[in-house]
Amino acid sequence: MTVIANTLIVFTILTGLIFTVVTVIGVLRFPDVYTRAHAASKSATLGVIGILLGTFFHFWLNEGLFSIKLLLGILFLFITAPIGGHLLSRAAYLSGVKPTKHTVGDDLAEVVKQSKRD
Amino acid sequence: MKTNDVILQTGTKVVFFIIFLFSIHIFFAGHFAPGGGFVGGLLTTAAIVLLLLAFDLKTVQKALPFNFMIVVAIGLLLALGTAAGSIIFNVPFFTHAFGDFYLPLFGESALHTAMIFDAGVYLVVVGSTITMIQTIGGDS
Repeated sequence: MTVIANTLIVFTILTGLIFTVVTVIGVLRFPDVYTRAHAASKSATLGVIGILLGTFFHFWLNEGLFSIKLLLGILFLFITAPIGGHLLSRAAYLSGVKPTKHTVGDDLAEVVKQSKRD
Repeated sequence: MKTNDVILQTGTKVVFFIIFLFSIHIFFAGHFAPGGGFVGGLLTTAAIVLLLLAFDLKTVQKALPFNFMIVVAIGLLLALGTAAGSIIFNVPFFTHAFGDFYLPLFGESALHTAMIFDAGVYLVVVGSTITMIQTIGGDS
C-alpha cells in the first residue's frame, strides 16, 4: 500500500515538474507575446496543479490529513490562471503588440476596428 | 473604445466567494493554526479589490454599502472594549477570559475573548485598506 501511494505521489509531482520545466523552455524560446502567454498559462497551470495534487496525496495517504485547502487551491488555480493569461494577451493585443510574422489570420482586428469606430 | 469584460467579470463572480470563504477560515483558524485577524482582513480586502478591478467603483459601493471609515471605528471600539472589559472584573488590563461551551450547531467548542479582539483587528484592517484604495482610485 505504501509503495503504491509513494509511486502515485512521485508520479504526480514528477509530471508537474516536467510541465513546469516545459513552461520555462517555452517562455524562453517562443517568438512573441501570444505564444509565450499560451505556454505560460496552460502548461504552468498543469504543472502547479500536478505538484499540488502530489502534495495532497502525500498528506492524505502518508500522514492521514485530508487537506481541503490544497483541493481549494487546485480549483482556484484552475479557474484563475487561464483568466490571467487571457487578460494578459488581450491587454497586449489592445495596446498594439504585433504577433509574429508567421501568423496567418487575425480575426480580432476586424472587431477592434469596428468597436473603435463606434 | 468599449471593451468586453465578460470573462473577467464571470470569473470574478466565482472567485470572489472562494477568496472570501478562505479569509473567514483563516480568521477563525488563527488561534490554533497560522492565520488570524490581520491576514484574514487582508484576504477580504483582496477579494473586494478583485471586485473593484472587474467592476467599477460605483457598482462595488452599491453592492457593499458601508462607509469603511465607520468600519475602522467599529473595529477599534471592539478591540478597546475587549481590553477594557477586564477593568470591570478587577483584573489587569487586557486579561482575556475563555472556556468550553456547548453550541447548538457546532457541539463542544472553546470560546475565547481574544476572538473579539481579533474581530476588531479584522475590521480595522479591512476598513483602512479599502478606504485607502477607494480614495486613491476615486479621483481618476
